[in-house]
Amino acid sequence: MAQAQEFEKVLSSSDTSVAAFDEHKSAVKRIQHFLHSTPAAVPLIVLVLAIIIFGITIGGRFFSSYTLTLILQQIAIVGILGAAQTLVILTAGIDLSIGVIMVISAVIMGNCAVSYGMPAVLAVAIGLAAGAACGLLNGVLVAYMKLPPFIVTLGTWNIVMATNFIYSANETIRDTDVDTQAPLLHLFALSFKVGTAVLTLGVIATVVLVLILWYVLNHTAWGRHVYAVGDDQEAAKLSGIQTKKVLMTVYTLAGLIAAFAAWVSIGRNGSISPSAAVTDYNLQAITATVIGGISLFGGRGSILGTLFGAMIVGVVSMGLNMLGADPQWKVLLTGVLIIGAVAIDQWIRKVSA
Amino acid sequence: MTQEPILTARGLVKRYGRVTALDNADFDLYPGEILAVIGDNGAGKSSLIKAISGAAVPDEGEIRLEGQPVAFKSPMEAREAGIETVYQNLALSPALSIADNMFLGREIRKPGFLGEWLRMLDRPAMEKRARDKLTELGLMTIQNISQAVETLSGGQRQGVAVARAAAFGSKMVIMDEPTAALGVKESRRVLELILDVKKRGLPIVLISHNMPHVFEVADRVHIHRLGRRLCVIDPKQYTMSDAVAFMTGAKLPPEAALAA
Repeated sequence: MAQAQEFEKVLSSSDTSVAAFDEHKSAVKRIQHFLHSTPAAVPLIVLVLAIIIFGITIGGRFFSSYTLTLILQQIAIVGILGAAQTLVILTAGIDLSIGVIMVISAVIMGNCAVSYGMPAVLAVAIGLAAGAACGLLNGVLVAYMKLPPFIVTLGTWNIVMATNFIYSANETIRDTDVDTQAPLLHLFALSFKVGTAVLTLGVIATVVLVLILWYVLNHTAWGRHVYAVGDDQEAAKLSGIQTKKVLMTVYTLAGLIAAFAAWVSIGRNGSISPSAAVTDYNLQAITATVIGGISLFGGRGSILGTLFGAMIVGVVSMGLNMLGADPQWKVLLTGVLIIGAVAIDQWIRKVSA
Repeated sequence: MTQEPILTARGLVKRYGRVTALDNADFDLYPGEILAVIGDNGAGKSSLIKAISGAAVPDEGEIRLEGQPVAFKSPMEAREAGIETVYQNLALSPALSIADNMFLGREIRKPGFLGEWLRMLDRPAMEKRARDKLTELGLMTIQNISQAVETLSGGQRQGVAVARAAAFGSKMVIMDEPTAALGVKESRRVLELILDVKKRGLPIVLISHNMPHVFEVADRVHIHRLGRRLCVIDPKQYTMSDAVAFMTGAKLPPEAALAA
């Protein structure tokens, strides 16, 4: 032991139980700790509750595998966009442009395949590359120019949207044209029945994508770095993480995933419209992410939560539809869920020590 | 000193606009010693440390590590050369686990296909090494190696940061104000930790404003004043008030110390 100073001599008779923990934690505290270590638990619990409540009020009709798989089909695109948004929000950023990146990628895929007569595989590849390029632009502006993500993506949202309208001349590519010339673009509409359950390839792609991202975020160095950058960028930099590179790859990957969502959306919508409801998709993806427990302050949450968050919105809107409620109730409930999710996030953060 | 210094710096100059933070500063660190760096606010301590740890690039001057000239452009390069730094803000990610934090930026991957192609982290190996390191430094009051750093106390966090530096530092460890934010008891633990690290043969540069701590653990005291090294004194031959007098310019240092 180091030579203690005069005033420290009394320490030897002090209480030596350094890290004794209070074993009789209250139930609430224990729940708080559990939620802290398992961030996807809250949305999962809410999801199960929502299914039970609607199941009881609507009855067997709701519990049918047909209805439940229909919900999955409806949330596939929002789920994929939400996964992209999750990556960005984990770095304490936000990407307002993923909705328009999806639309322009879809238009490029359609134009390449139908108007220019390229092979469908090439058209898809070009569409994906375009999405990644838009993401890369966001990434460069955020990481190297050090502009706030909100401003950057608000700007690129407008830029990409305008480019989209100028490039496409606001012309819709018809369903039948896509079907005859490039059936590959409709790949994700492929459905198969298991009993009464109807699964599309798009639904499976969504789930697989989220599982892959979950693996990457939790079991690779890059994934840990994404969390570290969102948690405390300065600390991450000092502990040797190349924060700029991490930010660049995150935004680029988000753009790429948005382009992938475009491919899935062509399958679901059939036709390709440059004026698809971008704002809706954008906000729904952010909503799913927030309800899924991803902290807007970065560094916290599990991507599985985003999938649950998207499912919650899907279950609530389907349930209210079947009850014949005014659609505004769905909007109202979504708002309540968002505020509730953020409130719970704040509460869980206070767990320390 | 008959030994060769492990790290020397000569004539370091660093300017920020019209402010000269380092004005021909020199620095020597010998193997196995604890060298304290003290100085008034604005004397250029941080700039000196930044130059050595790679966080800032000096405008002029030369740094030699074991006789070889080095020019670090980032903290990463200094780390690769074996110089670890414990920053005042600790540079830990609160939401990540202790093990994840200790290996941040130099994770271990699983061998074979899983690591090579799926890039999977070897959590068991990282947790084992982290646990070994913390136990070695007597820090195993932390029960769960996978708990988030934000659930630890200030002293425990400092312990994790020191353990990280000790685990990877092969040449030297720099500690910036390691006891500044801690209570009496926790400071004591950290000082013991510093001496433990020294016992294992790693030289340590200790930046501190806490004179009692400096005089207790340091082998030599480097006094920085007005951007340069004023003198190096032996803490056994001078008192704390002498040191403060030199550092603030109230008293001129003796000729012998100036030559050191």
